[in-house]
Amino acid sequence: MMRPAPRLSLQLNRAELSWREKLWHINWTLISLLTTISSVGFLTLYSAAGGSLEPWAVKQMIRFAMGIGLMVGVAVIDIRVWIRHAYVFYAVSLVLLVAVEIKGTIGMGAQRWIDLGFIQLQPSELTKIALILTLARYFHGAAMQDIGRPTFLIIPLLLVFAPIALVLKQPDLGTAMMLLMSSGAIFFMAGVRMWKFGLVLAGGLGSIPVAWQFLREYQKKRVIIFMNPEQDPLGAGYHITQSKIALGSGGVFGKGYMSGTQSKLNFLPEKQTDFIFTMFAEEWGLIGGLVLLFLYGLLIAYGYAIALRCRSQFGRLVALGITTTFFLYVFINTAMVMGLVPVVGVPLPMISYGGTAMLSLLFGWGLVMSAYIHRDTPIGRRGALDD
Amino acid sequence: MYHDSDRSKMFTRRAAMLAGGKTALFGALVARMYYLQVIEADKYEMAARDNRISMRLLAPPRGLILDRNGVAMAVNQHNYQVRVIAEQAPSLDYTLDALSQIITLTDHDRARIHKEAKRRRSFVPITVRENLSWEEVARIEVNAPDLPGVLIEVGQSRFYPLESLGAHILGYVAAVSEADLTGDPLEELPGFRIGKAGVERIYDLAMRGQAGASSVEVNAVGRVINELERKEGEPGVDLALTLDIRLQEYAAQRLGDESASVVVMDIHTGDLLVMASTPSFDPNAFNRGLTHDEWKELSTNPRSPLQNKAISGTFAPGSTFKLVVALAALEAGVITPDQTVLCKGHMELGPIKFHCWKKGGHGSVDLHNAIKGSCDVYFYEIARRAGIDKIAEVANRFGLGTTTGVDLPNERPGLMPNRAWKRKSLKQPWHPGETLINGIGQGYCLTTPLQLAVMTARLANGGFQVVPHVARDLIVEKSASARPEPTWPSCGVSQKNLALVRKGMFGVSNEPGGTAFRARIEQDGMWLSGKTGTAQVRRITLREREQGVKKNEELPWKERDHALFVAYAPEEKPRYAIAVVVEHGGGGSAVAAPIARDIMIEVQKRERARAAAPTQGGAG
Repeated sequence: MMRPAPRLSLQLNRAELSWREKLWHINWTLISLLTTISSVGFLTLYSAAGGSLEPWAVKQMIRFAMGIGLMVGVAVIDIRVWIRHAYVFYAVSLVLLVAVEIKGTIGMGAQRWIDLGFIQLQPSELTKIALILTLARYFHGAAMQDIGRPTFLIIPLLLVFAPIALVLKQPDLGTAMMLLMSSGAIFFMAGVRMWKFGLVLAGGLGSIPVAWQFLREYQKKRVIIFMNPEQDPLGAGYHITQSKIALGSGGVFGKGYMSGTQSKLNFLPEKQTDFIFTMFAEEWGLIGGLVLLFLYGLLIAYGYAIALRCRSQFGRLVALGITTTFFLYVFINTAMVMGLVPVVGVPLPMISYGGTAMLSLLFGWGLVMSAYIHRDTPIGRRGALDD
Repeated sequence: MYHDSDRSKMFTRRAAMLAGGKTALFGALVARMYYLQVIEADKYEMAARDNRISMRLLAPPRGLILDRNGVAMAVNQHNYQVRVIAEQAPSLDYTLDALSQIITLTDHDRARIHKEAKRRRSFVPITVRENLSWEEVARIEVNAPDLPGVLIEVGQSRFYPLESLGAHILGYVAAVSEADLTGDPLEELPGFRIGKAGVERIYDLAMRGQAGASSVEVNAVGRVINELERKEGEPGVDLALTLDIRLQEYAAQRLGDESASVVVMDIHTGDLLVMASTPSFDPNAFNRGLTHDEWKELSTNPRSPLQNKAISGTFAPGSTFKLVVALAALEAGVITPDQTVLCKGHMELGPIKFHCWKKGGHGSVDLHNAIKGSCDVYFYEIARRAGIDKIAEVANRFGLGTTTGVDLPNERPGLMPNRAWKRKSLKQPWHPGETLINGIGQGYCLTTPLQLAVMTARLANGGFQVVPHVARDLIVEKSASARPEPTWPSCGVSQKNLALVRKGMFGVSNEPGGTAFRARIEQDGMWLSGKTGTAQVRRITLREREQGVKKNEELPWKERDHALFVAYAPEEKPRYAIAVVVEHGGGGSAVAAPIARDIMIEVQKRERARAAAPTQGGAG
């Protein structure tokens, strides 16, 4: 394997690549894919507002522009900075999770954000990225033999379950599921044996009756209604039933842009946020829905390509972890609006109206792009150039 | 360096597996979309339509009711309503305060509006007041800029311009009750009224019309976004009555304050020209809503203003029934017109004495004089000879003891007793004495004024079973669908016997000594022939008879005799039959006959003013 030219130890924090090189390596395909998908979102938000840029489309565009800036900024930061500060990042996100928990207790009721004045920071969004970075760092420094040792997996498991427990307490079932599944993907990619997953899965299924006890009343209700939404069409099953009606009535070719009757007449709830896919598919039909899924598929495949192209295990795991998280957003949201999984409140990435999700997603893609830019940078076990 | 190439290979392999898994999940999404948007698309298309399209019914205008000359008896009036939309008002109280400066609003109204506002969504208009006067509407319109959220709506309500005149025939309309539901979608409309009595009830379905529909697009909370389609309904069919409202008015005035009824009918066609029942009521009150006191007064008044006495009041026919008894005896062949009966003022049957109304008796009387002088003893005797079953059978053929089939609700059949009836209903055998009592129209027999008019009409038209009716035409799109000229079945009695009875009736009214001679018509061509009746409603004891029977004026109203009179006119070519019953009015000749005379003069005067009417076959 090629070794870069030796440098002075004082310059350890400095990236090997010049700024010019980094900017040269910015992945324009990734940016244009993200822009295309976001533009679908702008169009849909314009339609959701009844043919108006206000109140959603314009704000969403501004956030997207800010998000792209953030993404490029994250991308040009040396990937070793991220690996070195991964645990710090993780610790900060845990502290913030505890902070909202305390604040929520005082403020009575579920609260998921901290108001920073210019933005409402959702620690759970931060946690998604921090957990990926942390696990990537942990497994980056692990040899194949290490991973084969069951005791080696105790620490990362604790790293995973600590934030999950805090998020569940909020309670935010959707985020908890996503944390669990994206962590699972990283464990899987790191090389953890299949039978261990089988064991965990079996254990998980066995503990469902116990977990059921810990669910809040409204969460139980959602699950029960998911099983049979028609039993309560005007009550809690309203969301799913109306979503299926709007989606199904769109048919193959849809009702036409700006002509979605169910969403326009407000039968469809949350049409600009969690149920935006339904509105899009009502107006654009099966064809439109398939095109959108295809775009998402392209973006995810591109994330895979970047991951496979990386030379460092850290870069690979980060790129794949972020891509998998993105996939989970897409899958859980669309499956939810189609009535395949319970309503858990996961937005459609890049399209649903909402600033926090947009910024944290682009932050994530910034890391993926960073992995791409620094694809050939060798990283030591603890993030140093060399061990 | 550690073994990065191993990890790299492992990573690549596992990435392929993970990608495969994700592809499979995307495949599931695509399959689900295909299922929802292609396979089940029709079902969801329907559900979406149901969601957003709501059908609103449009009430058609109700058919009008006219008299035979086209005078409007029931019309539809604009009903101006003021409504308020809560969400368009700065506050409900502000708007109501402003409104109460212009129109009167009671605290009760305000409480109701607030209650309704809480229950309904804020964009649903709430009715503040109905039946606004034109002046009130104008005042609200002028002040419209200061009344945010207030709007005027025009509905329709039934109005009877003649008020109490003909009210019993018209009936009235009222809100639909549970028992009235027939499945007509109109019945679901709030504020929809249906006919509850009279012709409003009988011809209700034709006069209702067909509901129109407006399909509107609504949003999730039910607010109307726009109207997609509008189909106007069919207006209700107008109804022309056979009544002549001018005659009806005259008859009602002539009856005055009495509790009485007059029926005038065409003996050939069955057209009812007059059907009056006094006292009457104002049907508008039912539409407006009766107060408790009004209802109490109407329902407890001993003269029962709500009852149509012409079809629902049953009275002993008294001596008017003697016409049927005479006919029955002639038909049975138990008398000849010339056979005489000696009247000494009473008749004995076993131990019981049956008295004639004339103290001292009529002496020797034949059929003609017996009808003319209404001799009770003669009719006791011939009733005895004919027997109750024969009398009842002939009476039935002349419309007594059974409903006439008039097109009005709540007609009562009265009662014509016979042996079988008594055995069945009272579980007692028939006493011969009862035949005598019934022979002079007392005892068990009961008749309605309409039945008496029908009986007279059938005697006058040559024994044809004419059926009375109040509705002449249903006017569909300006062209009248007139009833075909009816042909009636025969009563099956001999014309000779009918002529004998009519000759007796002529004597009653036109020969000196006749009981209604003083109430005769002297104008040429208008002469009437009739029969008086005085129906006793109390039992006269032997002791009272010895001390002298009390005069009606000495008795409380409830114990006075009913005064009856039946007649037909004109004598030469009969056309009209009349029956007058004055409840507890006194004697037939003194009270009922003059009323009948005056009305029959008016009827014939009105007729002379019109073109000669077609006659119907068989009149003798």
